[in-house]
Amino acid sequence: MDLNLIFTTTAVISVIGLVCGILLAFIAKKFGEKEDPRVALVEDVLPGANCGGCGYAGCAAYARAIVLDDAPLNLCIPSGPKTLEALSRVTGRAGGEMVEPLMAVILCSGDRNAAQRQSDYNGISDCSAANVVAGGWKACAYGCLGFGTCARMCAFGAISIRDGLAVVDPELCTGCGACAKVCPRMLIKIVPRKHKINIMCSSLERGAVVRKICEKGCIGCTMCVRLENNPETLSMNGALARIDYSKEPIKNEGVIEKCPVKCIVKIG
Amino acid sequence: MIETANPDSMLITSTSPHIHEGTSVRRLMFDVIISLLPSLAASLVFFKFRSLLLVAVCTGSAVGTEWLCRKAMKRNNSIGDLSAVVTGLLLALTLPPGLPLWQAILGSVFAIAIAKQIYGGIGYNPFNPALVGRAFMLISFTAAMTTWSPSDWIGKPGDETANAHEAVTSATIRKYQKLDVDATTTATPLGLVKDSCRFGEPANAAFNYTNEVRRNLLIGNVNGSIGETSAIAILLGLAWLLIRRTFTWHATVGYMGTMALFAWILQLAGSKLAMPVDFHLLSGGALFGAVFMATDLVTSPVSKWGRFIFGIGCGFITMIIRVVPGGAYPEGGTFAILIMNAVTPLINRAMRYRRFGAVRKTQQEKVA
Amino acid sequence: MKIIKAPFKFSGGVHPPDKKIFSNAAPLQDLPLPAILKVPFVQHLGAPAKAVVKKGDKVKRGDLIAAASGFISASVHAPTSGTVKGFESLPTAVGRSVEHCVIESDGLDERSELLQPFPDWETRDVSELIERVADAGVVGMGGAGFPTSVKINPPPNKKVHTLIINGAECEPYLTADHRMMLDRTEDVWLGIQIVRKILDVKTVYICIEENKQDAIEKFSKIECDDDVMIVSLKTYYPHGSEKQQIYVTLGYEVPSGGLPADIGCVVGNIGTSVAVKEAVVDGWPLDSRCVTVTGEVVVNPGNFIVRCGTSYDELFEAAGGFRENPAKVISGGPMMGFAVANTDVTVTKTTSGILAQSLAQTMRFTSLPCISCGRCNDVCPMKLLPSDMSCAIEADDIDAAIRLNVSDCFECGCCSYVCPSHRPLVQHFRRAKGVAALNKMLKAKEMEEKAAQARAEAQKKCEIAHAESEAKIESDQIQVAVVKDEISRAWGESVDAHPGAEQSVEASNGKDDNAKPGEQEITE
Repeated sequence: MDLNLIFTTTAVISVIGLVCGILLAFIAKKFGEKEDPRVALVEDVLPGANCGGCGYAGCAAYARAIVLDDAPLNLCIPSGPKTLEALSRVTGRAGGEMVEPLMAVILCSGDRNAAQRQSDYNGISDCSAANVVAGGWKACAYGCLGFGTCARMCAFGAISIRDGLAVVDPELCTGCGACAKVCPRMLIKIVPRKHKINIMCSSLERGAVVRKICEKGCIGCTMCVRLENNPETLSMNGALARIDYSKEPIKNEGVIEKCPVKCIVKIG
Repeated sequence: MIETANPDSMLITSTSPHIHEGTSVRRLMFDVIISLLPSLAASLVFFKFRSLLLVAVCTGSAVGTEWLCRKAMKRNNSIGDLSAVVTGLLLALTLPPGLPLWQAILGSVFAIAIAKQIYGGIGYNPFNPALVGRAFMLISFTAAMTTWSPSDWIGKPGDETANAHEAVTSATIRKYQKLDVDATTTATPLGLVKDSCRFGEPANAAFNYTNEVRRNLLIGNVNGSIGETSAIAILLGLAWLLIRRTFTWHATVGYMGTMALFAWILQLAGSKLAMPVDFHLLSGGALFGAVFMATDLVTSPVSKWGRFIFGIGCGFITMIIRVVPGGAYPEGGTFAILIMNAVTPLINRAMRYRRFGAVRKTQQEKVA
Repeated sequence: MKIIKAPFKFSGGVHPPDKKIFSNAAPLQDLPLPAILKVPFVQHLGAPAKAVVKKGDKVKRGDLIAAASGFISASVHAPTSGTVKGFESLPTAVGRSVEHCVIESDGLDERSELLQPFPDWETRDVSELIERVADAGVVGMGGAGFPTSVKINPPPNKKVHTLIINGAECEPYLTADHRMMLDRTEDVWLGIQIVRKILDVKTVYICIEENKQDAIEKFSKIECDDDVMIVSLKTYYPHGSEKQQIYVTLGYEVPSGGLPADIGCVVGNIGTSVAVKEAVVDGWPLDSRCVTVTGEVVVNPGNFIVRCGTSYDELFEAAGGFRENPAKVISGGPMMGFAVANTDVTVTKTTSGILAQSLAQTMRFTSLPCISCGRCNDVCPMKLLPSDMSCAIEADDIDAAIRLNVSDCFECGCCSYVCPSHRPLVQHFRRAKGVAALNKMLKAKEMEEKAAQARAEAQKKCEIAHAESEAKIESDQIQVAVVKDEISRAWGESVDAHPGAEQSVEASNGKDDNAKPGEQEITE
C-alpha cells in the first residue's frame, strides 16, 4: 500500500471535517434556535418518563413551561418530593406543597372466573374497539374488558392483565392518569393514596341483575354503608356503594370482611 | 337464549360486515404461484434439471428462513400465507441457470430475513424482497450473476435450435473475443447490445435482429435468467392474474408502455443506441419484472393511477440503465423497480382519491 | 309514473350476492301478539324519551309511554293494550344498556284514541301535519332512526327542491321494503304524497334497485304527474346510502359533514312513508314495523309486521325455528347490521331485519397486517383511505385518522368485505370515532374544571385584593386621623368644627411634600 496515499487521504478528510465543523458551529451560532439553558437544567431533574401526568405534553414541555411560563413546580407527581426540592433549587423558586400522592384504581373485580361472558367476541384486541361491538364480551356493561388498553398506555408498567381483568400495582403506579384517559368505560379513578379501602365495582345495575352476571359485583346490600355509618365518606349511589374520594378515607376495616360479594378490597 | 353452533355455545359478536368476498392473502399468493407455472414450465424446457434445482433450493430456503425468523421473533407462524413461497419462486426465476446453489440459498435467506422479516413480515416491507435478494446477489456475485452458461437445450452443437441460437449469440461473441470474453460463456441479447454500444458501434450492429431471433425471444430460446426468457409464458401468467383480479393492469401497462415509447423515440431520433421497440419489450427481464415484480401489492402504490405512475417510473429507469452506453449493467429492471419502491410512499401521498363530498366550487355554484 | 335510469354512477362500492330469494316471495304477515313486550325508550337517534307512565298503569295500543325529550328525540307509544309491569335496564341490539318499559299484553289489543285521524290531510296546515308526525314518534326506518319530524322540517334557510324516496334496499337478504312496496303500494304512495305536501316540493324520485323489477312495475302503474319519477338503480351496494343515492340521481355530492338538506334534498324511506301515512291519515302512532327474518339456517324465512318490543326469539319461532343452530345473529343486514350477543333483545323502530348465520357462514376477522393492495381504497364509496386510516389507528394515532377524515366514514363495510387480510376495518373506524368522542368529552370536562379553578382563583384574588384595599382604607383612615390630629393640634381646636378641612387633608394625602417620610410609607 502506498503510504503517501494514506497520508493524503487522511489529510484531505481531516481538512474537510475541520471546514465542515467550523461551518456547522458558525451556522449553529448564527441561525440556531436559542433555547434557554435553564430549560435543559430543569429537564435533567425531571424523570423523563413523558407520562403527561402534569398536563403538559411530556417532560420537555413541562420544563419549558416551568422556566418560561412560571408553571408550578409541584405538578410532577411520579417523581415525588425529592424532585420538587431539586426543581426549586434549580429554578430558585419556592416549590410549594407536593401534591398529594395519587394512584390509579380500576373499579372492577370481575375477572374471567367471576364475571359472566355474554358472547364470543371476534375483533381487535383493544378495549375501546371491543366496547363498540355489542357492548363487549362481558355480560356486565360496566365491567373491565381486559384487553389492556390502559396497560399499553402506562409508562411505568404498573398495570397488568390478570384473568381478563386489569390490575394496578400500587408500588409502580405514579398516579399520572394516562390510563384513566383511555378507558372506554371510565373505570379508572385517580385517587389519593390514603384511600386504602376501595369498592371494586362500578355497576349501576340493580342487585338482582348484578348477582346474575358477576360473582364479585356490588349488589347494593348497603352492609358497608351501615357499618361505616358516615354518609360523607361512604354512601349509596342507587344500587352501588360509592366512596367519596375527595373526603377522608374509610376507617372501619370491617367492611372488607362483611361485604358478601367481596368486592371491597384493601390496596397498598 | 338460544342454542348456538359455536363451540363456546355463545353467539359470535363482531363488527359489520358479516360477509366477505372470499379473497385472502393466501389465495392471492396462490394465484401468483399458478401464474408462475408457465414460466416454470418454460424454464424446465430450456434449462432442464438445473432450473428445477434452483427453484426447489430457493423456495425451500425462503420458506425455511421465514419459519426460523418468525420463530426467533416469537411471532405467529406465517408460512401459511404462501408469501415466502412466492418470494422464493420469483427469486429463483430471475437467476441465471449456472449459479452456484449456495449463492442462491444465500440470496433467498437475504431476501426473506433482511428484506422482509426485519421490517415485520408481509405488509411492512418497503422493498420487494425477491428483488432485494437479487440485487444483493448481483452486487455480491457479479460474475456468477452475469455468466450465462449455455443450457442443455441450446448447447448441443449442430442441433437445429442451436443453429438458430447462433444467430443471436455466437457471431457476436466471436466478434468480441479479442476483448477477453470467456469463450465458454455466451451472452444475452441485451448484453451483446450493451457491448456493441460500449465500443462505439451502433446498437443494432450487435446481431441481426431477424424474425427468427424475434421468435426465439418470444418462446424463450435465448440465454437469460431461467424464468425471464419466455415472453409467452409470462404473458400467460399475466392473463391469469388479470382474470383473477389479483391486481390491475396499470403498473404493467405503464411499465411496458413507457419502455415502448422510449425505444420508439430513440428510433425516431435515429440514435445509435436504438433497437426495435419489440426487441426492448421482449428481451431481458423487463417483461417478467413488469408482470410479477412491479405489481407486487405490498411495495407498489395503493391507487390504480398511482400504480400507473409507478410503472412509468420503472419503465423510464429501466430504459435509461439499458441504453446509457457507459452503464455497468445491460439490464435495469431490478434496480428500476427497487428505486420506484422507495418512491411508493410519495406516490401514495400524491395520488389520493378525491374525497366524496370535498365539494368543488362549480358544484356549489350549481346547487346554489 | 315514468321510469328513468340512474344518470350517474358513484365511484367505489361492491356487489355482494343479494340472497333476497329466501324471503322476497313471502308476503307480509302479522306476527302473533306476544304476551310480554319490552319497549326500549331509545329507538331513535338522539336523546332518550322520558317515561310518562308508572308501574301498574293500564295502557291501550297507541298510548304515549315515553315522551320525546329535546329537539332531536322521538316519543315512544304502547304497542298493544295491557299493563305496565315495570321498567328494566336491558341491552339493545347494539349492546347499549337502555331503559325498557315492560308491558304485559291483555290480549285485547284495544286502540287508544290519542291522535285524531286526518283523512282530510290535503286541506290541513303543514305545521299541523309536522306536529302530527312528531306526536306519532315517526323516525327514519332505514337504520339510523333520525326523527322524521325534524327531517321534514328543515330550517328556512335551506330550500328543499327534491324529495328522494329510498327503495334501494341494497343490503343483501333484506326484503322488508321490497314487500312493503308490493303489498302496501297505496300506503307508500299516500305517505309520499303527504311528505311531498309538507316539504312543498315538486320533484320526487323513487329509487328502486333493478333486482326489484316487480316493485318498479307496480309503482309505474300509479297515475300521477310527471314530476314524480322512478329511478331504476343498478343492483349495487351501497346504493341505499343517502349520499350515494342523491349522487346517482342528481349528480350532487353532499358536502363532507353536511346533510342532504344542505343541497336541497330530503331522502325518505319506504317504511317511513307508510308510518307517516298511518300517523296522519289513520292517527296511529309508530308502534310496529316490517321485519325480515331470514338466513340460510331459518326454516321459513319471511316478512313480518312486528310490534316494537317483541323479542327476537319470538320472531325466529314464527319463522319456524332453525335448520341448524346459528353461530351469529345479526340485527339488520349482513353489511351494516349489528351482531347481537343474545337473542333476547327486542325489535325497535329501526330493526329492518334479523339474519341468522351458521358457523360455516360466519366470517372471522384476523389481525393480519395490511398488504396495501389498495382494494379498500378502490371500493370506499366516500373515497377515503381505509388502509392508511386503519394503520394509523392500529398505531393508536387517532389524530392522524381524524385528519384522514375518518368521521366521513358511514361504516358501509365495503372495505372489510374485500380486504384479503380480513382486517376488521370498520371496527377500527368505529373505535377511532368512539375514542375521538371520549377525548372530546374528557377535554370538555377538563376545560370545565380549569374554568372552575380559574374562577376560584379569580375569586381568591378578588378577596385578597379586597382585603388589601380594606387594609389600605384602614391605614388611610389612620393616616387621616393622624393628620387630623396634627392639624387639630396645630389649630388648637377640633377639626370637626371646619367642614372643609377633612377634604383638603385627603386631597393633600400622599402628595404632601411636607409630610414626614415615615408617614408616607404608611400611605403607600
